[in-house]
Amino acid sequence: MLPRDLKPAQFASYPPEARKLVSNYLATLQQLPLSFLPGLLRELINYDFRFPAERKAHERELAQISALSAGQMRDWFGGFVEIRLSPQLEAFDWVKSPAQFVEQLSAHLWTTHQLDAFRQASNQYAERLRAAVPPEPPPLPRLGITVIGQGVAAYDDPLFLKLRPHGGYFGHVNPDKGLGQLLDAVAARAQAHPLPYGHWYIDGGEEAEHSPALTSLSYKALEPVRMAVLHKMQTELDRPGMGPEALRTILAQMLPADLGMTGDGNKPRDAVLDRFAVSLLTEGSGTQIFSTSFTQWAAREALRRAQPVTLLVHFAPRQRQKPMNELLTTISASPELDLVGSLIDADFGAYYNWLNQQRLTGADQSSFVVWFEGHSQALAIGPSMPQGTESSSSPNLGQLLAWTM
Amino acid sequence: MIPSNLQDAGRALAHTRREFLRTAAGVTLGSALLRPSRLRAASSNSRKKVVVVTFGGGARDQETFAPEGQENIPHLMREFIPQASFFTQVVNRGILGHYVATASLATGVYETINNFASLPPQSPTVFEYFRKDLKRPSSDAWVVAPSNGFNRIGESSHRSYGPGLGARVILPKHLLMAATSNDGGDYRHLLRDNYETPYYAPELEGNEFQLQQLEMLLKVSVDDFRTHARTLSSPDELSLYIARRLMREIAPSLLWITMHDIDVAHAGAYSLYIDGIRRTDRLCSDLWKAIQSEPEYAGKTTLFILPDFGRDSDNDAGGNGFQHHRTGDALSRTTWMLVAGPGIREGVVFDRALESTDLVPTLGAMLGFSPTLAQGKPVAELL
Repeated sequence: MLPRDLKPAQFASYPPEARKLVSNYLATLQQLPLSFLPGLLRELINYDFRFPAERKAHERELAQISALSAGQMRDWFGGFVEIRLSPQLEAFDWVKSPAQFVEQLSAHLWTTHQLDAFRQASNQYAERLRAAVPPEPPPLPRLGITVIGQGVAAYDDPLFLKLRPHGGYFGHVNPDKGLGQLLDAVAARAQAHPLPYGHWYIDGGEEAEHSPALTSLSYKALEPVRMAVLHKMQTELDRPGMGPEALRTILAQMLPADLGMTGDGNKPRDAVLDRFAVSLLTEGSGTQIFSTSFTQWAAREALRRAQPVTLLVHFAPRQRQKPMNELLTTISASPELDLVGSLIDADFGAYYNWLNQQRLTGADQSSFVVWFEGHSQALAIGPSMPQGTESSSSPNLGQLLAWTM
Repeated sequence: MIPSNLQDAGRALAHTRREFLRTAAGVTLGSALLRPSRLRAASSNSRKKVVVVTFGGGARDQETFAPEGQENIPHLMREFIPQASFFTQVVNRGILGHYVATASLATGVYETINNFASLPPQSPTVFEYFRKDLKRPSSDAWVVAPSNGFNRIGESSHRSYGPGLGARVILPKHLLMAATSNDGGDYRHLLRDNYETPYYAPELEGNEFQLQQLEMLLKVSVDDFRTHARTLSSPDELSLYIARRLMREIAPSLLWITMHDIDVAHAGAYSLYIDGIRRTDRLCSDLWKAIQSEPEYAGKTTLFILPDFGRDSDNDAGGNGFQHHRTGDALSRTTWMLVAGPGIREGVVFDRALESTDLVPTLGAMLGFSPTLAQGKPVAELL
């Protein structure tokens, strides 16, 4: 089936708000090339469970496309029209299963050496969209905080090397009650500027006591879900004929209820956050086995999707490396930890957290602080912080944040 | 056709690699006009040996040849670069999956087989050209491969070549599993497999080395194999151990070793990725020392070291940096090649663009066979 043949009834399986949205723009969707449209539908089908920033972006994108003239449509989508698709792809039920279509499209693009052309068409489309519908600036300057090295008694190699050129290094901060001060600071921001999914706290271990105004996720709290995902992976791959692509498809279709996220009846669950957490564990790589991988990926996805104005990320130690099959099949209540390896992972993860924050609007006004937990080393990046400098002052973490923002 | 922005990015990568090396190792910039043939040792094709190592699975400049990464590759920097020709820009235009990319390297054609299926390459492999054209026995071409997915790499499905004309393949981990069927617990650290899809291992088929041949061909008892394996720390160390036994006992003229430890990066732990790079660097040095010390190899062996491809850039929002190789950006497609041996010019850097598919034609020109179906061209600077 081709996009021009689309009919409203084909979206019957979509959740209500997604169905309403695509129905409103059906005439526009019918004009889009098949190499493009399922990628858009893959996002829209989950519209009901998207963060506010994502919803707004989808609405603005659809409005912009529908406003294009015929000539502009050719300019915007010409690169996608040039992509040659197979009869199998054209016959696929891409309306009902757009994510699976995109997976097969990806394999087709690699196999037919069209990936570079598709990549170029995608980049050009994204640039045009950004120019026509510039992303909105954040309601207040963003703040990112990353805490690394939990449990490491001493570490002599230099830290924050990738970040030092961009900010000020502090080698004498007062670490007393540092994590509490940071949590207090982000809670204060959340209370002063209440925004749905605007202020986040992600913990790679057990979450510390924190304000309910924060959107929070932790590796520890998600352990039952993680175990259910691992069990599902193991069960599926024991089935004859099961391969990695089929497994990926099965995992991508899993819903919170499939993994035991049913709530206790007293407190309603947050369906948007539950879907987000499930996606981290079913679509992320390494998130099921290493807490450092989970933490970095969760921060990356939170920034990309929810676009928070505040994000506190607390890395915790991951388990020591073992054979991959063993990591995936054995869940120990007290695994052996790799403290120094986790510090190195988190140090690089902090760099990625900053990079991902800087990809959002308002980057020139954003601030970022990384701290070696329990120690005197920290680094601060912000509009008022000289780059590539080193300070001999001894602030506590709360003061350092105040200086940075 | 590669879009011009990708070509520009590739050239920029090549330039920076050259500058890094010039600064760090005092190498000179080479030119295709300066051929090494007059320097080439006078050895006939029949005596020449070639060892190819894929520095896998995929490492980026910033963790290897960039200034901040050089501490991770001390052996490549200090031991190899001064005595090797280094090519700064080897572009892989094919599919960036480890099995299919290694198959492309081995055929000189961008293969399109399913990366995760147990399938032979579609085009003839270097091993088939080598054996058929030069009438070499099966004992003269061997592959040591990292995971079960590579068991079909030795020979293609091409109707003019294929079964019986390819390389013998050893999968050391599979061998170890067979040797330790009752007490695998002590060896689990050596049995890590396929980091991209960790659970999945296709059924084994093909011209695979069997456990019972361990003693007969490699002159190592199953007990000794198990005992030695206990002293090793990674799958690639196990591969090198097997490769050394092969060199000692069989001395194949064409030996292909595929390293894979680095691909642990898919699990997202940066420290493990760096550990993998450092280990692979050390193992390359160990292999070179073995080549120098084995009478069958010393003075007549050319060693090729090259990654199958790179990994994603930190700057591409579509990826997640070092973790994967999925964006197809310039950093993931552009990598390097290092060649050392008799007649190869030493301490020279070449920064013109090569392709991954140029390897097989180069081996053909060096060893005297004709890879007629390969897409690439011989690298003139090595001939």
